[in-house]
Amino acid sequence: MSTVLESLNTSLHKAMHTDERVYLLGEDILDPYGGAFKVTRGLSTAFPERVLTTPISEAAIVGVASGMALRGLRPVAEIMFGDFVTLIADQIVNHAAKFRWMYNDQVRVPLVVRTPMGGRRGYGPTHSQSLEKMFLGVPGLRVVAPNTLGDPGQLLEAAIADDDPVLFVEHKLLYTRPLLEADKGDLVDYEIQPFGAPFTSYVLRFTNHAVKSHLTLACYGYNFELARQAALELLMEREIFCEIVLFSQLSPFALDPLLDSLARTHRLLTVEEGGLTLGWGAEILARLAERSNDFSRCHFHRVAALDLPIANSKPLEDAILPSVETIIHAALELCEV
Amino acid sequence: MPDNYALFRTMLLIRRFEERLLAEFSTGKLVGTTHAYIGQEANAAGIFSVTDPGDVVFSNHRCHGHFLAYGASSPEGSDPYRLAAELMGKATGLVGGRGGSQHIHWRNFYSNGIQGGILPVATGMALAEKVNKTGKIALTFLGDGTLGEGALYESLNIASLWRLPILFVVENNHYAQTTPIELAVAGTITGRFSAFGITTLERDSTDVLEVQAAALEAVGSVRRNGRPVGLILHTYRFSAHSKGDDVRDPAEIARAREKDPLLIHAPRLTDAERARAESEVAAAIADAFARAEADPLPNLKDER
Repeated sequence: MSTVLESLNTSLHKAMHTDERVYLLGEDILDPYGGAFKVTRGLSTAFPERVLTTPISEAAIVGVASGMALRGLRPVAEIMFGDFVTLIADQIVNHAAKFRWMYNDQVRVPLVVRTPMGGRRGYGPTHSQSLEKMFLGVPGLRVVAPNTLGDPGQLLEAAIADDDPVLFVEHKLLYTRPLLEADKGDLVDYEIQPFGAPFTSYVLRFTNHAVKSHLTLACYGYNFELARQAALELLMEREIFCEIVLFSQLSPFALDPLLDSLARTHRLLTVEEGGLTLGWGAEILARLAERSNDFSRCHFHRVAALDLPIANSKPLEDAILPSVETIIHAALELCEV
Repeated sequence: MPDNYALFRTMLLIRRFEERLLAEFSTGKLVGTTHAYIGQEANAAGIFSVTDPGDVVFSNHRCHGHFLAYGASSPEGSDPYRLAAELMGKATGLVGGRGGSQHIHWRNFYSNGIQGGILPVATGMALAEKVNKTGKIALTFLGDGTLGEGALYESLNIASLWRLPILFVVENNHYAQTTPIELAVAGTITGRFSAFGITTLERDSTDVLEVQAAALEAVGSVRRNGRPVGLILHTYRFSAHSKGDDVRDPAEIARAREKDPLLIHAPRLTDAERARAESEVAAAIADAFARAEADPLPNLKDER
């Protein structure tokens, strides 16, 4: 059974093998170390000319990659910890993501910036955050987050094939997770409906359409693991049926699958690991409010991290980040109304 | 290499274009702001007289002069019309009115309005030229003000470490908007490059022939050795940073104007040549602005 890490690593090997324009740039990505999270392991051995280990210069890593992309190469930059995206914000917002539109569609910037986000490993306030919300809605930028459903490597290959810049957000805890198989384990009762291309997202709906679902859980990345576990417990212990809408492309995003699910459940819980205020869930709720025909009859809640830095100590970190328990608690409150 | 007439004509084109631009703000034909290159013309004219049309250029906020000189070095010559149209926000502008004064692109010429941020991008372009073995180089422009940006030093480090074919042109006009260099820059400019093992050429001159000679040496070195070079050109802008934000001593500006690059170069032409340059440039600019003015404005109907 393949893990998310293996899937991503294999896809990088494949992309570099099939396309000589693909380059990797990042800190400590050379073998034998192979990157802080080992996603780039083996690549510098296989493609020594095209794997460039860099100084600790995040802005320049992305800037250089952006210049390479403008001139026809297909660079994949790794930012060692997602927390460091603050250092690349100018390169993304004012350069890479702007060039195509600003230059009147006369250029393309096929750039991928991969970065591990997320906490739960005790890394403390500057190595545990989920900062992707700061990049959602940046014009010209796609934000993509792999998960255990579908194939993370395929998403990464699609990102590399994309002519526009992609911020590819990998949750650290996903790396060792096995890829899920449809009709197995806790997916057994679900029908999986893909939507969107090439960054496929999914609606998980009970195969038996006669089942009346009570609640829609919207999530992405690692929080799909928590949402699935919460959905299972809600089903087994409370007979509450949850549909799950799992996003792979966070920005821009498709609303219709969520509207469809909401029309069935009238209750929506968004789950994200970034801070609550002005986050991913907030935008989803705002869009639904504008689009839904019976928004006033629906009930909503957001589960997210508290608006605090992420603490180092485990009990503090656990209290700050969303958990299966907080999802279940919020779901029960929603289902009481 | 262009002759004295061509160098003069390019400098004059930049001068008259920028003068017309500044004048047009009061007529309401232009919106936003601009950063005039007046006084610094010898740099652009000198540098682009020795580059190859295939070289890649990333320019900054003060990009009109660079663009017009880059165009003058291309086989079909400079095109002030599409720049004028861009500045008027017309659909026919270089980037369809989306970018305006600081954000233009044409062929291998790019500009952006972020200080320092363009430098790693230009460095990446040099890397692309290197790995694609094109034999072309990248050129990028910064001012004394940009010396305060950290992205510059990340770029110099990588450009030197990876032996990239890039020329960093520092145009020190002694003021970052209104802040004199004495209040913004510690140490030396050359020291910033030598710290990264990058050689520099330095000229304190507004004589286009001196700039051209330095640029020839600098560009040649980058192309020959495949390594970065810093070309440091001390200069002066005669007009304000943008439109009306000038707090400099008028006596200082007057002294600088005595070294006007046009005045220095003009005696190398005959009276007839100077008159011809003036009339050619006047006609080109009149035509550019007239056509641009008649052009349609863009709209967003094709956008989501």
